[in-house]
Amino acid sequence: MKHNFLSFVKKESLHILRDVRTMMIVLLIPVVLMILFGFAISTEVNNLNVAIVAPNRTEGVRQVVERLTNNPYFTVVDYDSSIDIDKVLRSGKADAVVVFAEDYEHVIAQRAEGIDTHPTIQFIFDASNTNIAQTGAAYLQNVVSADHSQQELLNLHLLYNPQMKSAYNFVPGIMGLIFILICAMMTSVSIVREKEMGTMETLLVSPVRPIKIIFAKMIPYFVISCINLATILLIAHYLLDVPMSGGLGGIITISLIYLILALALGLLVSTLASSQVVALLISAMVMLLPMMMLSGMVFPIENLPTVLHPLPYIVPARWYIEAIRKMMIMGLPLSAVIKEVLILIFMTFVLMGVSLKKFKDKLE
Amino acid sequence: MSAIKVENISKSFGKVKALDHISFEVERGELFGLIGPDGAGKTTLFRLLTTLLNPDEGRAEVDGFDIVKDYHAIRERVGYMPGQFSLYQDLTVEENLNFFAALFGVKVEDSYDLIAPIYHQIEPFKKRRAGKLSGGMKQKLALSCALIHRPSVLFLDEPTTGVDAVSRSEFWDMLEDIKQRGITVLVSTPYMDEASRCDRVALCNEGRILGIDTPTDIVAKYDSSLYSVRADNMYQLLLATRKATGVAECYPFGETHHLIADAKFDIEQFKGELADIKGLYIEPAEPTIEDMFIKLMKQ
Repeated sequence: MKHNFLSFVKKESLHILRDVRTMMIVLLIPVVLMILFGFAISTEVNNLNVAIVAPNRTEGVRQVVERLTNNPYFTVVDYDSSIDIDKVLRSGKADAVVVFAEDYEHVIAQRAEGIDTHPTIQFIFDASNTNIAQTGAAYLQNVVSADHSQQELLNLHLLYNPQMKSAYNFVPGIMGLIFILICAMMTSVSIVREKEMGTMETLLVSPVRPIKIIFAKMIPYFVISCINLATILLIAHYLLDVPMSGGLGGIITISLIYLILALALGLLVSTLASSQVVALLISAMVMLLPMMMLSGMVFPIENLPTVLHPLPYIVPARWYIEAIRKMMIMGLPLSAVIKEVLILIFMTFVLMGVSLKKFKDKLE
Repeated sequence: MSAIKVENISKSFGKVKALDHISFEVERGELFGLIGPDGAGKTTLFRLLTTLLNPDEGRAEVDGFDIVKDYHAIRERVGYMPGQFSLYQDLTVEENLNFFAALFGVKVEDSYDLIAPIYHQIEPFKKRRAGKLSGGMKQKLALSCALIHRPSVLFLDEPTTGVDAVSRSEFWDMLEDIKQRGITVLVSTPYMDEASRCDRVALCNEGRILGIDTPTDIVAKYDSSLYSVRADNMYQLLLATRKATGVAECYPFGETHHLIADAKFDIEQFKGELADIKGLYIEPAEPTIEDMFIKLMKQ
């Protein structure tokens, strides 16, 4: 019967190889996503346009402006004694406006003598993009207040990702997403295709237990996902400089567990869907979206409304992404994420169990 | 022991009664036809007998195995060709055949003698993808795949639908050949003219069996007098004939209309009544299975 199983795997591989377009998409999706997120879509704030309003161009003001001009993150687009602030912001010419008080020099001097005074610099931000506004304000404040005359109140240390590189954040996220996309979506669609094309009927009326055929279907997709895993890890390490200091072995181990989980999820979807379109919709709407929203990939889980707090616990991607972050970025070994590993294994068993129970070897 | 034994089987889908207390038996080595229009319940019956569905009521046996209890045993020994073309369109002829051989755990060479007469005709195209074959060739490939494991009972659900007349006739020759090798064949078709190629037929309509017999006996049981009429304007003729005295029934039949006469019918009187119809021609007709079917359906 072993010969038999291999010929099923071969048949399924032929299906995939014959559909060149789909295969290319599947192999290229990870590359495209990595490059897109790595270079084009970035949550880092670069190149912030700043307009400066300074009624008196005193020595103190000049020093601050110089620091801003020399900083690669900022471009000074306007520097005048009075500016129509609303207009520069609305026109998009500037993202932020720095306004110096008329008595800037005087107040700084007073402060140096220890006299408590009112603020002397105002930041006005275009907050239509909250991300830019928040991060930019923090940067700006850092640069402006680097003045020796101002006391440093905080000592901020950013560990593991000191430059706040967004690649460190999204690589684990993309991994969590891609494997669900390829393993779960592709397997569910390919199983449902057999139902839709009527070939399931012929498969069922044979001595082979259908579940064996299903497992044979999963193997080629598992192989493709392994190729994707390799691509992602290579791009992450060599192109995006993600450290992976926790050891490659651990990352691969937990990824393989996650792959099997995704396959089980695909099998479950295929038992629920009766057509390829439905399978796609279930995979996309019911799995992908909540996964993105609730896994902490895009939004921090802590920001969710309290009622939704239990939800992320049942999203497998959340545990996987968390574990990958710990291993890739924080450099922890596999033993440090044992909780996540166990949860993923448990989820895999539950999903497999449910879908095998739900899988019917009859037509209704 | 009969090859197929169906006892009082019923199956409903929601409110639709697909099969309504059906019983029949198929002898070993018999070529048995299920004849009936779409919606007669033929496909449902096939799915029950191939253990893809469970009956609501009644029981059935295939090769001595119960279709509910022993469905694994049945799946090992029957060949099934569903109505919808259900091979892999993106695989070649050869790959399909090899896959189905593997599915049943046999080697193509071991069954080659059985499928050779059929497969031989499509072998020149063995590198072609199944989706690119013509309708007739697809059927031949599907039949080869269904026979690859030497089944004891072969189920063919409307194998000739969508196939040209020549291929249809060839196909029935092949079924004859398969039967000669001792394989029981249950075949369904909506084409009444194919019924004569079966050993016995069951006429089905709306989930019931109207009658079971050999094609000759079915026709022999026809006890009404039947005429064939034609004229220049066939539609006008149909309307006029239905109103004429002594006409129980008149329905289009190929290029003519068939007329079932009752006791009051007189051919001369009929000609007189329809005198104004141009080119009227009437002659006694030999009843066919289709006539019998229409008659049984009206009862």
